[in-house]
Amino acid sequence: MKYLEMNHVKKSFDGLDVLKDISLSVEEGEVVSIIGPSGSGKTTLLRCATLLETMDCGDLAYLGESAAAIVDGRSVYQKPAQLAKIREKFGLVFQNFNLFPHFTVMKNITDAPIHVQKRPKDEVYREARGLLEKMGLADKESAYPCQLSGGQCQRVAIARALALNPRVLFFDEPTSALDPELTGEVLKVIRSLAQMHITMVIVTHEMAFARDISDRVIFMDGGVVALEGTPSEVFESDNPRMREFLGHYARV
Amino acid sequence: MSFSVMLTQLSAGMVKTVGIFALTLIFSLPLGFLICFGRMAKKGVAGKAAGIFFRAYISVMRGTPLMLQLMVVYFGPFFLFGMSIGSNWRFPAIIIGFSLNYAAYFAEIYRSGIESMPIGQYEAAKLLGYSKPQTFFKIILPQVIKRILPAVTNEVITLVKDTSLAYALAYAEMFTIAKQIVASKSDFMPFIIAAVFYYIFNLIVAMVMEYIEKRLNYYH
Repeated sequence: MKYLEMNHVKKSFDGLDVLKDISLSVEEGEVVSIIGPSGSGKTTLLRCATLLETMDCGDLAYLGESAAAIVDGRSVYQKPAQLAKIREKFGLVFQNFNLFPHFTVMKNITDAPIHVQKRPKDEVYREARGLLEKMGLADKESAYPCQLSGGQCQRVAIARALALNPRVLFFDEPTSALDPELTGEVLKVIRSLAQMHITMVIVTHEMAFARDISDRVIFMDGGVVALEGTPSEVFESDNPRMREFLGHYARV
Repeated sequence: MSFSVMLTQLSAGMVKTVGIFALTLIFSLPLGFLICFGRMAKKGVAGKAAGIFFRAYISVMRGTPLMLQLMVVYFGPFFLFGMSIGSNWRFPAIIIGFSLNYAAYFAEIYRSGIESMPIGQYEAAKLLGYSKPQTFFKIILPQVIKRILPAVTNEVITLVKDTSLAYALAYAEMFTIAKQIVASKSDFMPFIIAAVFYYIFNLIVAMVMEYIEKRLNYYH
């Protein structure tokens, strides 16, 4: 089943075309990485998919439920109540975490399940403890975000997103704000989610990681999908833009 | 006049000073939020109209003297509507004048706090499914309060001293009494006592605010 489907997505900011007719679909259990140079529209695509940005044109659906459709060449979105229901189907992990600084780790994770989804408290707390265990943060439940390292914060943010049981989990450059040591611990967690067959869309600059965990890799360049395929197809492609892009990594 | 009599009379005035202070805060702190929201409204014709109205309101309240505003509130009903104003109107007029004025300042402090919040907090709340009221009251407001506390402290301390402006409407708060005693007894002492009273009052205010700031220091 297609968990996410978006077609003919166009988006411009002040006359600058950031996305030029992009389509993306993600199957159940699939791990898709989006790579590409800065300014290629990766993050904008993610923000359109997560309803943080409205598309100029394009349709968007989760598990067959439409969030936006193209009418006369423009995107028309569903009513807010419908969009709220669709928002439950996905989660997003931000580059800079966006944890709530005045909440403890535990409250960051449990507050939305309890007060938005109205689930029973004990069940939510039990699940949250399980998630923290999985994230290697079992001893941090009463800590505040300011007492944690960046890597720990990002793992809390992942647990917070998972606590709502999303069908698709998006990552927007989850390790770009972290040093190499902390990057490793976050990637390890994402890798374990991939092994659990959680459907994920990951915008990343970690090439080895993308190659390793993805079922499919999308290389974006200049607002279009320049290349798409299995990791080996993409990373071993002769596409000159891809070779040039990877060349920058080889030189570092 | 003996020192103890002076002290007793000024203390009685101090009760009224504290009354103005407390009632002004009770009304102006929430009123400031309404003005702040009106000032920040942008959506639709009503929102734009509210934005212009409250911007003008803040501009006038900050741009004219509080003493003059007190006069307008007190004498306005007579000069504008021909209503008779008795001494019963004096205290309400003072509270209304102070509250309307301070609410304008608080509104701008609230706005500075709300606009300083990173957009990521709103986006995270949206992604987690929080409604707009939930986002504001659970996520944004607690952080805004922490951010604006030092600016609010400044304003509250100014209010303590501004209560002396009530003498313009001949309301017998502490400073009015002090001036009367100085004038009638040719004794400078009441001014010194008044200074000490204001200073101690503000010392307490500063200590209370510092305590609240410390209580909110568990995160940053």
